[in-house]
Amino acid sequence: MAPVLTVKDLSVRFALHESVVTAVNNLNFTLEAGETLAVVGESGSGKSQAFLALMGLLAKNGSVSGQALLGDVDLLALSKTELNQYRGRDVAMIFQDPMTSLNPALRLKQQLAEVLVLHKGQDQKQAETSAIEMLERVGIPEPAKRANAYPHQLSGGMRQRVMIAMALLCQPKILIADEPTTALDVTVQAQMLDLFKTLTEDFGTSLVLITHDLGVVAGVADRMMVMYGGRPVEKGTVDDLFYDPRHPYTLGLLHSTPHIAKRAERLDPIQGMPPSLENLPKGCAFHPRCAFAFDRCLAERPALTQLENGREKACFHEGPMRYGKVA
Amino acid sequence: MLADNRIKTVTSVAAAPADVPAKGRSLWRDAGRRFMANKAAMTSLIVLIGVVLFTIIGPFFAKWSIEKVDWSVVGNVLTAGAPSFETGHYFGTDEVGRDLYSRVIQGTQISLLVGLVGSAIAVVVGTIYGAVAGYFGGRLDSAMMRLVDIIYSIPYMFILILLLIVFGRSFIMLFVGIGLISWLGMSRVVRGQTLTLKNREFVEAAIATGSKPRDVIFRHIVPNLLGIVAIYATLLVPEMILLESFISFLGLGVQEPNTSLGALISEGAQTMQYGTYWQLAFPLVFFITILFTFFFVGDGLRDALDPKDR
Repeated sequence: MAPVLTVKDLSVRFALHESVVTAVNNLNFTLEAGETLAVVGESGSGKSQAFLALMGLLAKNGSVSGQALLGDVDLLALSKTELNQYRGRDVAMIFQDPMTSLNPALRLKQQLAEVLVLHKGQDQKQAETSAIEMLERVGIPEPAKRANAYPHQLSGGMRQRVMIAMALLCQPKILIADEPTTALDVTVQAQMLDLFKTLTEDFGTSLVLITHDLGVVAGVADRMMVMYGGRPVEKGTVDDLFYDPRHPYTLGLLHSTPHIAKRAERLDPIQGMPPSLENLPKGCAFHPRCAFAFDRCLAERPALTQLENGREKACFHEGPMRYGKVA
Repeated sequence: MLADNRIKTVTSVAAAPADVPAKGRSLWRDAGRRFMANKAAMTSLIVLIGVVLFTIIGPFFAKWSIEKVDWSVVGNVLTAGAPSFETGHYFGTDEVGRDLYSRVIQGTQISLLVGLVGSAIAVVVGTIYGAVAGYFGGRLDSAMMRLVDIIYSIPYMFILILLLIVFGRSFIMLFVGIGLISWLGMSRVVRGQTLTLKNREFVEAAIATGSKPRDVIFRHIVPNLLGIVAIYATLLVPEMILLESFISFLGLGVQEPNTSLGALISEGAQTMQYGTYWQLAFPLVFFITILFTFFFVGDGLRDALDPKDR
């Protein structure tokens, strides 16, 4: 299968008053048709910025380099006007907070219809009909009635469903969901993940799930990419990474999630704080917090190396890792 | 009394939505309900509508035109020119024997027109200007807002007086002059609001679906600005009326025989010493009524559209 999206050497930099911060550093990855890729990392690991850059939504002081091939179109080389053809039609995005992602002054159907009018050239009436059909598919009861409602009349879960409907209206090739469940409560989260799964399967859409919730990843994703300090540190299938993590950071993340089978008294978080991007540690960015760091980690930065089964990791440590409280 | 009012507002709002169906309950309808519950604003609105109706219907009852001089009164205005139904001068006559009833109606019309035109220019120009500056930001924003600062810094009264003297006193010049300055404040208010709106996620979401900047501004930003624009525009009307009155008071406003409330008040103030108090009282009552009702309506709108700020 040819990948829908190939990202090569993606770097995102932000110009601050006196310095330049690199939020994403030489990111390479591919996204296959129909697969779900989870991008995992702590706050500030660059996971959101990488995808905002693809959508041309960086803050004013941000700049981007590299290539992002959608078919044979390089999204990063397009002008804003050219990009508008692809945004929404081929690549759609869902944001974290459904409470603020809908325009409070427009009825749902007006808002949903906008995408179709823009990209499919439908007239307002047609578009509103398709919008209502889509609302039904995402599980909104009485869609024809609800379509006349304003966003403030819906609950958070409903609004996120509407956001999903809006993103899928044009049947995009890629759907980028930036922490889509973070603002929702747990029962609604589960419903949303189910919805993501069935709809992306139905439409053959590839899903990029940006999250820091490993529970979400386990439920939905096929492959995952763990990011730290603006770089990917481990990539592979979800099963491989969950059952056999090879990077100490992935291991740390897994250990800091509550486990239903183990009755741990306390969670075991990764020691220390995520590094400031302005002042990344020399060598491996993770070494100050790593229980397995040795001399080499302090001196040079490990590159991503290929392992078996298409996995990649960026770590010098070889052999098994036993995780315990590090004094 | 105010506290009373508020408690009532709360209970009536709480009681009302029980039977509201899933029909679109827009922010505007909610605001409408809050506005209706505000007694001061509703009374003002009714009075204001009454004044407007009076300026439309009133002329049909007038016995005299605005410029016809009643020769029987001339020279004896204090006694013969007093308000009376018999002579047909319901509001009396002015110092030269013209019917004050007709003139007050006309003055009210013109004052209202000036206020509405000034405020309409502010709404259209100010909203677009401010939204564009705020949305695009950066250098364009700086350039556009500095231009506003520069125009603000010019003593506009001076410019307006020069305009009226150089190009002659006419309606059009008056509107041009007022239109020139009325949108400045509006553009600042709108720009500020746009700055906070454009960082909201729904704007980002609109950009992410491929909307062009024009669509983002007019579909997503401007509708969310309308509340504040409506408030500001209502409060701008009395300001414009005051401005026009001041110019007319200086004798530079509309030209005789046309008149405005400001001009009438000016004339009335000059002749007050002769005891013809009605020449001041009638235009003044209308003037104050219009100003007060507009301010109260504007205030009510603010409470209704932005309940957080109460």
